[in-house]
Amino acid sequence: MEFVMAIVIGILFMAAVYLILSRSLLKIILGTGLLSHGVHLLVLTMGGLSGASPPVLAEGVTDYADPLPQALILTAIVISFGVTAFILVLAYRTYAEHQTDDMNLMKGNDEHD
Amino acid sequence: MINLLLFPIILPFLFAILLLFFKENIKVQRSLTCIGLLISLVAALFLVAKVKADGVQALTLGSWPAPFGISMVSDMLSALLVTTTILITLFVVLYSFTAIGEERERYFYYPAILFMITGINGAFTTGDIFNMFVFFEVLLIASYLLIVLGGEKRQLRESIKYILVNVISSALFVITVAYLYSVVGTLNMADISVKIAEIGQPGIITVIAILFLIVFGVKGSLFPLYFWLPGSYAAPPVPVLALFGALLTKVGIYAIIRTYTLFFVHDIGFTHGLLSALALLTIIAGCIGALAYFDLKQIIIYNIVIAVGVILFGAAQMNESGVSGAVFYLIHDMLIKGALFLLIGIIIYVTGTSNLRKMGGLMKTHAPLGWMYLIAAFGLAGIPPLSGFIGKLLIVKGAFEAGHVFGSIVILASSLVVLLSVIRIFIYAFWGDPTTVELPKTNRRTYRKMMMPAVALVILSVLFGVGTEWLVPYMTDATDVLLQPSIYIDAVLKE
Repeated sequence: MEFVMAIVIGILFMAAVYLILSRSLLKIILGTGLLSHGVHLLVLTMGGLSGASPPVLAEGVTDYADPLPQALILTAIVISFGVTAFILVLAYRTYAEHQTDDMNLMKGNDEHD
Repeated sequence: MINLLLFPIILPFLFAILLLFFKENIKVQRSLTCIGLLISLVAALFLVAKVKADGVQALTLGSWPAPFGISMVSDMLSALLVTTTILITLFVVLYSFTAIGEERERYFYYPAILFMITGINGAFTTGDIFNMFVFFEVLLIASYLLIVLGGEKRQLRESIKYILVNVISSALFVITVAYLYSVVGTLNMADISVKIAEIGQPGIITVIAILFLIVFGVKGSLFPLYFWLPGSYAAPPVPVLALFGALLTKVGIYAIIRTYTLFFVHDIGFTHGLLSALALLTIIAGCIGALAYFDLKQIIIYNIVIAVGVILFGAAQMNESGVSGAVFYLIHDMLIKGALFLLIGIIIYVTGTSNLRKMGGLMKTHAPLGWMYLIAAFGLAGIPPLSGFIGKLLIVKGAFEAGHVFGSIVILASSLVVLLSVIRIFIYAFWGDPTTVELPKTNRRTYRKMMMPAVALVILSVLFGVGTEWLVPYMTDATDVLLQPSIYIDAVLKE
């Protein structure tokens, strides 16, 4: 199971890197979204996928899933959610101000050009 | 008072929350920020005294036993860094009163600074690797706000790049923590160190060490990961630039020093050899940048890159002189970069431009500014009575002891380039005929108000240089913990 997950996460990272290297700002942000999905799945996988029941104390259950990676992922999800919301608004403002979403056109040095 | 080490983190946080309620009232914002920083400074000084008297302070939140709860650990290095951080922030805030403009002050400028300080102090103090990630995010998100606040065209453009680079490096940080967790099964830094020693650092741990170097290298602008820094740092106004330049990259450096002295100490030949090589390349890249520009901001920004290389090269030697030199140089560099950015901010205010070719003759009209700048420039280059000397001396000594003759020569040569780059600013801006350059009309009172915090920081850095002898016992304590991880581990896992 871990092997399959590793392959899938690898594909997610591949797609994320491809999108981040593109020119359109929106595609780059989609890429960061895929990247964070890959990261969160990786944390889950690296914690081990062996436990049988959810990490809630119950009568007669001994084989729980590792609760720590789940807490880490929850933290990482809200953080990347906050950052993504910020960067989306920033992209909107940048588009309004620069009239372009092409990263190649967003260069130059205002002071000496 | 076992909670003393939390005060420098919680107090700025508390005051930042309080400030959110007084958005429009600038007077309240200013005074509350100053009060908050002063109280935090007192707490940090008490913390330094406490660590000096009783050794490493460790606290596990919520009274859970050590590897299970989140540990906060304050050794001498982190206590000193926390104190320096608060001190610099205090002066930058005083400078901001005149330099930042009411419009920005009204839009959560001071709360953002205090939240950033919370994150920085937390990252310096934490003893848990995932908690360090969270504190990194706290300081990064606050820095996203600070870099874009004002919403000028250039700021928007550069902050997109800054945020993207940091989002990617944060994702890498979580990946690295996940790999480390799957190998050692713990997140507590002291416990990780014990577990790595038990399994004797197999190949996978070395891979994780390199991943950590990439993650923190992006934050700390190590070659070849410094590409984002010159553009991004030039975008925000000078007080924000001073905060970023003095504090943000240093968190990355601290994280590299911490992980490379606590975790990955069993295969030094490869990991620390790579770190030394990258540090030297960082110095060379920084030197090229510092000489290439005729722009005040860019020259000092590339000097940040050079200093990162010098500090990490010292830390990579893993002997007493090298590491204590790195600690000396780290704190010196925070003070002097703060001072230099504030001073060039005044030069830009006075001349109305950051282009060196368009200024000249300031010595006739603004002599105190010229002398202060000259002292700061000599301090940066490491001229003996001033603050940069002792750190660089120890780093070079450590490199010679470790047999890195070439590295020592590069560091000494880089000092010449640093001196050349900052003296070029002095010659272009202060010498020459004042009549050829037309200065914009500026308010003499504003100029004096801006000078006060800058002069105070320069005086502090001079005191740091002159009072080296007095500081040595503190630095020795910091170095001992770095070179003997057992002190750190015993303090955290005491039971």
